[in-house]
Amino acid sequence: MGVRVGIVGAGHCRFGNSSEYDVVDVIGYSVNAAFRDAGGIHLRKEVDQVFVGNMASGLFNRETAVASALVSRMDMEPCPAELVENGPASGASAVKMGYMCVASGLADVVLVAAGEVMRSVTGWESTDIVATMAHKEAEYNMGLTLPGFAGMVTRLYMEKYGMTERDLALVAVKDHANGAKNTYAHVQIPVTIDAIADGPNASVVNNYVAEPLRMYSTCPVSDGSAAIILVNMDSPKAKLFKRKPVRIAGIGSATDTHCVHNRKDPLVLDAVRLSAEKAYKMAGIGPKDISFAELHDAFVIFELMNSEEVGFFERGKSFLAVRNHETDIDGRLPINPSGGLKAKGHPVGATGVSQVFELVRQLRGEAEEGRQVKDPKYGMAVNFGGFGNNVITTILARD
Amino acid sequence: MAIDELEKKLRPPEAQLAPYPSKVITLASGETMVVRECRREDTPALLGTVYPLIGVAKDYYDVVATRMYNEILSWFRYRIANMFALVGTVNGEIAGIVTSRHVDSKVGMSLHTLAIKRGLRVGAQLFAAKMEHHLEYLKEDEVWVVAESPIGFKRWMIEYELEDRSALYPAVRHELGGVPTFVLTRKLWDAVKAAKCTGSRPVPAELLKTADKLIMPNEYVQLPGWKRNS
Repeated sequence: MGVRVGIVGAGHCRFGNSSEYDVVDVIGYSVNAAFRDAGGIHLRKEVDQVFVGNMASGLFNRETAVASALVSRMDMEPCPAELVENGPASGASAVKMGYMCVASGLADVVLVAAGEVMRSVTGWESTDIVATMAHKEAEYNMGLTLPGFAGMVTRLYMEKYGMTERDLALVAVKDHANGAKNTYAHVQIPVTIDAIADGPNASVVNNYVAEPLRMYSTCPVSDGSAAIILVNMDSPKAKLFKRKPVRIAGIGSATDTHCVHNRKDPLVLDAVRLSAEKAYKMAGIGPKDISFAELHDAFVIFELMNSEEVGFFERGKSFLAVRNHETDIDGRLPINPSGGLKAKGHPVGATGVSQVFELVRQLRGEAEEGRQVKDPKYGMAVNFGGFGNNVITTILARD
Repeated sequence: MAIDELEKKLRPPEAQLAPYPSKVITLASGETMVVRECRREDTPALLGTVYPLIGVAKDYYDVVATRMYNEILSWFRYRIANMFALVGTVNGEIAGIVTSRHVDSKVGMSLHTLAIKRGLRVGAQLFAAKMEHHLEYLKEDEVWVVAESPIGFKRWMIEYELEDRSALYPAVRHELGGVPTFVLTRKLWDAVKAAKCTGSRPVPAELLKTADKLIMPNEYVQLPGWKRNS
């Protein structure tokens, strides 16, 4: 049997507007919270390796080498530390690096932290910065942005499968109902289908961002951070931590063409499917074993498409499951009990670790009343880098 | 000089402004926000709502609240010409306030926008209502706008794509401290109003009645732990 890697500490800040704070301090907040959760801040001295997920602090904040700054700010020198950048999947990639580091025997305790401060710039500038991950010649230089891309894919999906704008709004209503109960969510306000889709003021209250995507089809621009502590569950060091480990059962990643037009079908997210298959195989389970999932929904269409690619629903049918409340918190397969990126927020580099943080909370049974999944065994997170071209799927298990 | 004569000299000349017809907006939360023009008897509730925010430095609430307090008080005591204020209420409780001034038949002078309730674009809706009053009911040609906070700049200058007239300073100079002046022209308004401005009229009498006597918020998200009368 290989090395068992578990999570013994998890911390998170409330997502929202932290633009008056330094990105290192924002990440440090969650690191402190993770150590307190694990048994005390003194445990930072037990860490053998630090990985920090961050997408673009150089552009958002004119600040680089964030991992080096973090260990110094946390008084953790001479602990090795590296930054992991993989677009909006930087967080999950950092988790994967942490897993590999422990599983390889290189370290027994790894701190994985991630964060982003995006609201230091205007919404337009942040959209532009995020768009720099698109193919430079074929996409970015042509003026394509992620909302623009997602809008086109949404339109294509609607035409092919008969989904409506109201179906998109139903996903948002479900996600915001969960986010409203999440202490750490950026937007803690439930929304109604009448207000954002059916009512007379809906077209302004829920205005278009990139037709047919509206404001409530799109995640907010958020600042925030999250951190987890990984241990070799069989090492003596594991006993130093007070929390029972939540085991990483499976982790897989895959890539797809950088240029979206090189794909046979833009509605097929091969990297999501392949990364999930790898994670399932490693965990020795299948889609039916998953109790709940955190799926990367920077735009709600991605929650739907991801839920199909990972095998929860047939292609083109996921929106029907939302209509039938199958993915509600009390449905047969809750999706995005945290509120997802849609309501919890999406500080790009932080999201992957934030998703894993949510899996830990749910599997420990520590989510807030009204959004705790009933008796979960396996939780899945899908973190999406680029336009689906670099994806990491993580499965945690409650042993 | 008799006191009433002196007072007459101190008061600015007032024009008879067209009234702003009340409207109701269903916010994303499903709550209904009544937007109506403020009356003189609203002053204590308006000032009482604004006052606690004077101490909130985050997002320039302190600057906006201080200036808005001044404007409302000056309006009440006849020390500012042709000012109007609109208030948004949810279940009678003040959710946001906007202030503005009619300069002449051509120009409106947007003063301040204060969102009390956050996360539902209350400030955006009230700002749009203020622009609606200037351009649709007061029939001005354009509204001069400045922002004191980055959020305000994002919401107004960027989202409305306001015309930047800062290069024309001092010929074009907003009354608020001479900071760069941006302008919502009628052409810009016509281009954006369908996407920015909403609301249903007339407001059902029962709903309008809830906004008749303004209720000050007991708590503010901007002031964690603060409670009125505690």
